[in-house]
This record gives sequence, structure tokens and C-alpha cells, in this order.
Amino acid sequence: MDFLHYLVTSIPFFIRAAAVTVELTATALAMGMVIGLVFALMKISGRRFWRCIADTYITVIRGTPLIVQLFAIYFGLATIVDFGSFWSAAIALAVHNGAYIAEIFRGGIQSIDRGQMEAARSLGMSYGLAMRRIILPQAFKRVVPPLGNQFIIGLKDSSLAAFVTMKELFGVSMQLASTHFAELQFYTIAGLYYLALVVLFTFLVNRLERRLKIES
Amino acid sequence: MSLVKVRNLNKWFGRLHALKDVNLEVREGEVAVVIGASGSGKSTLLRCLNFLEVPEQGQVIFDGKVIDPRRDDLNLLRREVGMVFQHFNLFPHMNVLENIIEAPVMVKKVPREKAIEEALALLHKVGLADKVDAYPCQLSGGQQQRVAIARALAMHPRLMLFDEPTSALDPELVGEVLAVMKQLAGEGMTMIVVTHEMGFAREVADRVIFMDEGRIVEEGEPAQVFSRPQKSRTRDFLSRVLWGSGPAQDCWTPAATATSA
Ligand SMILES: Nc1ncnc2c1ncn2[C@@H]1O[C@H](COP(=O)(O)OP(=O)(O)O)[C@@H](O)[C@H]1O
Ligand SMILES: [Mg+2]
Repeated sequence: MDFLHYLVTSIPFFIRAAAVTVELTATALAMGMVIGLVFALMKISGRRFWRCIADTYITVIRGTPLIVQLFAIYFGLATIVDFGSFWSAAIALAVHNGAYIAEIFRGGIQSIDRGQMEAARSLGMSYGLAMRRIILPQAFKRVVPPLGNQFIIGLKDSSLAAFVTMKELFGVSMQLASTHFAELQFYTIAGLYYLALVVLFTFLVNRLERRLKIES
Repeated sequence: MSLVKVRNLNKWFGRLHALKDVNLEVREGEVAVVIGASGSGKSTLLRCLNFLEVPEQGQVIFDGKVIDPRRDDLNLLRREVGMVFQHFNLFPHMNVLENIIEAPVMVKKVPREKAIEEALALLHKVGLADKVDAYPCQLSGGQQQRVAIARALAMHPRLMLFDEPTSALDPELVGEVLAVMKQLAGEGMTMIVVTHEMGFAREVADRVIFMDEGRIVEEGEPAQVFSRPQKSRTRDFLSRVLWGSGPAQDCWTPAATATSA
């Protein structure tokens, strides 16, 4: 059978490609978390100026397709600074996911009872200290499920990096599919690798969730 | 010598005038109990004293110093003013010990060892020495509130504010919290207590302050306010809380609606 043959012989290529996908996704989501936290804090800020900036960012990012953002950074910004395909893709994915993660963090922070901030402030803690020590640790626990969900979306969206020449899972499958004239087989194989990564990741998130539940 | 003094305090929430020209003076070591119907502004008054709410007009003078919420570091004021909330507001992700040492260590930079030592002494004082490692969710309401009191005391405040500290408790747990507060009063702590526990007010308060619709309507020694209230509003309120629903005009009963329907 062709399929099994392709599946086995392509293992070295796909393992390397999967590593690129994971690296790209992890880099992008790590940056996306930082962006998300910063914009979540801006969004709940008492200053209208910061809230406006956060609103604008979130609206623009959520209102435009990822592929457009990716091309804008890779082709558009390349005329000013050339990030290369990895960093173009990582930045685009980070900026894109950051908007969604900001909303997730904002929701998590706002779900914490107001009394927590008041108790912390009444003890003389500054706003920043209260956020860091009291509010965020509780909020992080609550956002694990939606954050895990966003990470899965981010992982799959990283496939768009193939269009800026990244040799990650989808890029490699496109290449193999065309050289072997075996589209169905290679795209199916690529799908299986994504599926495996998502299942593995879901398993890890579930374990983390269970551990946090036991702790509290 | 008055520790805290309030002059012509006014607070609005949008169009709602929540505090109207409130004047108040609490001496060092005094226990003032604030009573009044729900919505009369008791919490708001307390929260203006540590600037959880910022009053639009008037002055709060702490230890002889006028506090300017725009210029002064409110965190410094709040170190000296402990607050105990109706719903305890313990930090659920920290155990009892961590709850108590958090502010001394992080805010006052007290060495951890010393903070722990003091926390253990405070826990002993509130009768919870065996709950050091417990998480708030493992404690009864009464125990949580006693931890909350210990947490506030750990900052060595000069003034303690209590906002209905026993209102969220099952009746059988009220006593243990009031006992701790009574002990604290006996040690000379300056306290402002919002409560519906009239027995506590009678026994522990040096002064009872009655609020109605954002104003302090009457104040005086408990014996005087309870036995010979000067204002009709005070009489109405007291007859309602002391003798159940008395001449309350805003008292809704199913029977009343049934007959009027
Ligand atoms: N944060 C707030 N925003 C709007 N209105 C408020 C707020 N806090 C209190 N109020 C209103 O101010 C009035 C006084 O409230 P409060 O001080 O909590 O009364 P009490 O503690 O005596 O029950 C009430 O009418 C209440 O609804
Ligand atoms: Mg109240």
C-alpha cells in the first residue's frame, strides 16, 4: 500500500518538520502570552488612554485574517527589516494570538472577586503587587482551559507559515506531495501529525488542570 | 487625642449622594460602633477612611495629618488602618500562615522568620494555632474571619475597621468572632465597627453612631442611644432591629400584599 509506504519512509522528514512546528508555536505563544498579559492589563486599566490602545489592537487583530497579518509582516515589513521566515511567522502568530490571549486573561482577571483586590490594597499592597501576588495567580488557574484551547488553535494556525517558506509540518507535506504526486497521502499524513500533537497537548493540559484542582 | 477625624465628608456614586456632610472623630483606644439600615452609607464611610472609596468632598485626618488621596501615598496610610470585611476575603491560593505573613513580608519587608513568628503568635491569640497549614476553603466562616482579623493585625495597625464582620456567619459562629473583637478592644485597639450585633455594641462600644440615608443622625454612649434615643429615626430603627419588624413602613410582607391586592 502506497499510504503505509509513504507514512513510514517520510518519518524522518516529518519528525524534523514537527519539531519546527513545535518550536515555532512555542516561541509564538510564549510571546503571545506576554503580549496578552500586557494588553489585558491595559484593557482593565483605569486610564482611558491605555484602554483605547488595547481596544484598537484587539479590534484590528481580530478583525483581519491571520494570513494577511503574516504576509504584511513577511513581505511588507521585510522592506524595512528582514526578520526571515521563522521570526516573521513567530511574530505574526504572537501578535495574532496575543489579541485572543489578552481577552482570555482579561476575563480571568475580572472573574476574581473584587474583594480580593480590596483586601490586598487594604493591607497596604500597591496595585502592581496585589496584581502579581494575589490576582494573577488566581486568574492563571482559571484561564488554563481557555488558554489550552487557544494554544491548540495557535498550533494549527502555525501551518500558515508554510506560505512564507517555512519548512514546518504543512510546508514539508506540500513539498513531498508535489514531488511524489501524492497529495491525498501526504496531506493525510500531515493531518495525523497535527492530530497527534494536539492529542498530546490536550493530555498535558488536562493533567495540569487536574493538578490545579487538587491544589485548591 | 483623636486618631482619626472626618470633616464634612461627601461621597457620590453617580447621582446617588451616599455620604452627606459626615463629621466624625474617634479617639485613640476608642471603640465606635456604627449602626443603621442597609444602604445608609456605613460601608462607604468605612471605605472612605482607608480610601478604598475616594470622597469627593471633605477631609480625612489621620493622626493629625490631612490625607490627600491625590498626593499622599495611600499605601502608607493603609498599613496603619486594618480592615476586616463581611466576606473575609482571605487569599484562597495561600494557606493561613501565608495569608498572614504576605503583607508584612511583601509590603513592610519584615524578615520571613520574624513574620512567621508573629503570625503564629497572632494565630494563637485568635485561637487557631492548629490551623497554620490549612487553606481558607477548609475553614468554617468563623475561623476564616478570625484569620482575616489576624491578617490585618499582622501589619500592626493603629486603627481597625470592621465592616459587618459577623453578618455572613451562621449564628452559632458569631460568638467566636465577637469574642476576638472584644479581646482586641480590651487591649486598647482603636476600632470602628459596623455591625447589627446590638449586644456587642452595648457591651463593648464606647460610642454608638447611628446613620441614616448617608448622614450621622445620632451618636452617643450606648446606654444613652439604646435607652433614650433622641431622634425618631433612631427609635424606629432600634425598634425594628431589637423587636423584630416594628413600625417599619418599608417592611414588605406577603400578607400585606395579599390584602392590598
Ligand atoms: N460602588 C458603588 N457604586 C454605586 N453605588 C454604591 C456603591 N457602593 C455603595 N453604593 C450605594 O451607596 C449607598 C450606601 O451604600 P453602603 O455604604 O454600602 O451602605 P451600608 O453599608 O450602610 O449598607 C447604597 O445606596 C448603595 O447602593
Ligand atoms: Mg455595608
